[in-house]
Amino acid sequence: MYSKDGTDYFVVDAHIALWDARPENQRNIHGKQFIDCFYDYHRNLSPEAEVWSYDEYLYQGGERLMRDVFVDGIVDHAIFQPARLAEFYAKGFGQTEEAFALAQAHPDKLTYNHYWDPRDGENGLDALRAAHERMDLKGVKLYTADWHGESRGWKLTDPMAQRYLALCQELGIRNIHVHKGPTIRPLDRDAFDVADVDHVATDFTDLTFVVEHCGLPRLEDFCWIATQEPNVVAGLAVAMPFIHSRPRYFAQIMGELLYWIGEDRILFSSDYAIWTPKWLVEKFVDFQIPEDLTEYAPLTTETKKKVLGLNAAKLYDLPVPAELQLPDADETATGPRDTDAADKNLAMA
Amino acid sequence: MTAVLQRSTEQRVTEADVRTALDTVIDPELDEPVTDLGFVRSVAVEGPDGCDVRVHLRLPTSFCAPNFAWLMVSDARDAVRAVPGVGRVVVELDDHHDSDLINAGLAADAGYRGTFGHEAEESLDELRATFQRKAHTAAMERALTSWLRADPARTEDDVAALRLCDLPAGRETDSLLSRRAALRLPLTPTSPVLLAPDGTPPEPGQVALTLRRARSVRISVDGNAHFCRGLLTTRYPGSDADQVFRPSVDSALPLEVLR
Repeated sequence: MYSKDGTDYFVVDAHIALWDARPENQRNIHGKQFIDCFYDYHRNLSPEAEVWSYDEYLYQGGERLMRDVFVDGIVDHAIFQPARLAEFYAKGFGQTEEAFALAQAHPDKLTYNHYWDPRDGENGLDALRAAHERMDLKGVKLYTADWHGESRGWKLTDPMAQRYLALCQELGIRNIHVHKGPTIRPLDRDAFDVADVDHVATDFTDLTFVVEHCGLPRLEDFCWIATQEPNVVAGLAVAMPFIHSRPRYFAQIMGELLYWIGEDRILFSSDYAIWTPKWLVEKFVDFQIPEDLTEYAPLTTETKKKVLGLNAAKLYDLPVPAELQLPDADETATGPRDTDAADKNLAMA
Repeated sequence: MTAVLQRSTEQRVTEADVRTALDTVIDPELDEPVTDLGFVRSVAVEGPDGCDVRVHLRLPTSFCAPNFAWLMVSDARDAVRAVPGVGRVVVELDDHHDSDLINAGLAADAGYRGTFGHEAEESLDELRATFQRKAHTAAMERALTSWLRADPARTEDDVAALRLCDLPAGRETDSLLSRRAALRLPLTPTSPVLLAPDGTPPEPGQVALTLRRARSVRISVDGNAHFCRGLLTTRYPGSDADQVFRPSVDSALPLEVLR
């Protein structure tokens, strides 16, 4: 719980990781390139006081994670969103067993989401069933640019991916976190395009699709499909730290998301360990859209409460004290949330 | 002998010639020349006749999308090859996860499909066209937003009546016109400024929504440009000296970096 000026905020960090990028776990040069890319994100967007050394950035471990994520009791709950990256790291990037054990030790504070990859074929479907039996999954993280043998990417509309989504629906694994990356097959098309999310959101209406980093670098494509699909949600991983280094850009991102999809479908995320949640929560509660950006309405306290935790709590059935709960907002100006009507309304634009 | 030496001197290619050629190479996602972005790491004119050229390019991360990387590197090679008097041309991409693949493919003149094999289906033409459309949409929104802000009495619905000839002369209008030309969209002075993504004027009830949609494109393109520029300077200290200021419709310092 975070309290400021007499107002309490229930906080859910919807995207954290427990990774191991140490040299002994790197399979090849790409393992180093990948963590170096993360470290540059970290150095480029963090306040100076929050910048870590390269060595401590490579691996944190469970104890440090608990301290970093839950420092000062600000974050109430956090959700693991692991990336496998088996082609880059010998034991994988996200440390499944360590993270799952941590979540079991702190069930009130941590949720472990797992991953699947349609290129694992039939065996992967069995593995997902087994993982669900053991872990009682509420969500999965999918990284469509993960490499896998000769393949360097996949789409949610691939036939095998549809079978995995159908299995998620059958098992009640409702929250599908989608992370787009730079590669896809074929390379003819834009790998960051979220059109495949549009398709599967229509086909699997029992599932909620959380598009991580709100579609960045394709914010515009994300807003457009999310307006039309009521079960598509924006995750703020990677978008959050712009609040410090590029606050006007952050204001524009928030302004666009609120205009197109409204305050009930945006989730706060630190993307730990790329960044830590404490300073992001503190800055977000203090944040306001600059007055000269007249195309956007100011952020209300209710909006901040929903984004910081209430929206994610709803998706993950996390208990929220009654006095902190809020009703849903009205529909956005861009159209009704009913999918058919929204499609009709927007067809001409 | 004197005559031969003379001719050789006349043919000598300069670094400035090469950089001018590279000015025409655009990062399709950011709609900006690779020279202004600081993506040109080095230019060397070498060889016994002083007409062989070696160019090294760099990108903000190892994991920048390989299809865009290919477009920029192969466009750079084509642009340098077109410089009059140029001899052997080597263009290489540094520090990228596909550097070896891309550099070998270029050296062998293997083309996009020959380089990427099973990962390449036909061509990158549609990808390029998609981002030319986005570049136009963003340029259109910048022109319209500047026009709206010039007079607070103007409303979003007013932009429906705005024609190209109503726009003030200047950088933003020039930018819009050149992007229209690239897409073969109408350039006649009386044609409407606001166009839907399919290139036609929107229905009256869809004017504000079309403008808002264009705004999300502009914010995305400009935001990505500033983030990529920042990441390049984090990755390559000192590379900010090679970057040219990117003007913004928002303010002189739209995306200030706080330290």
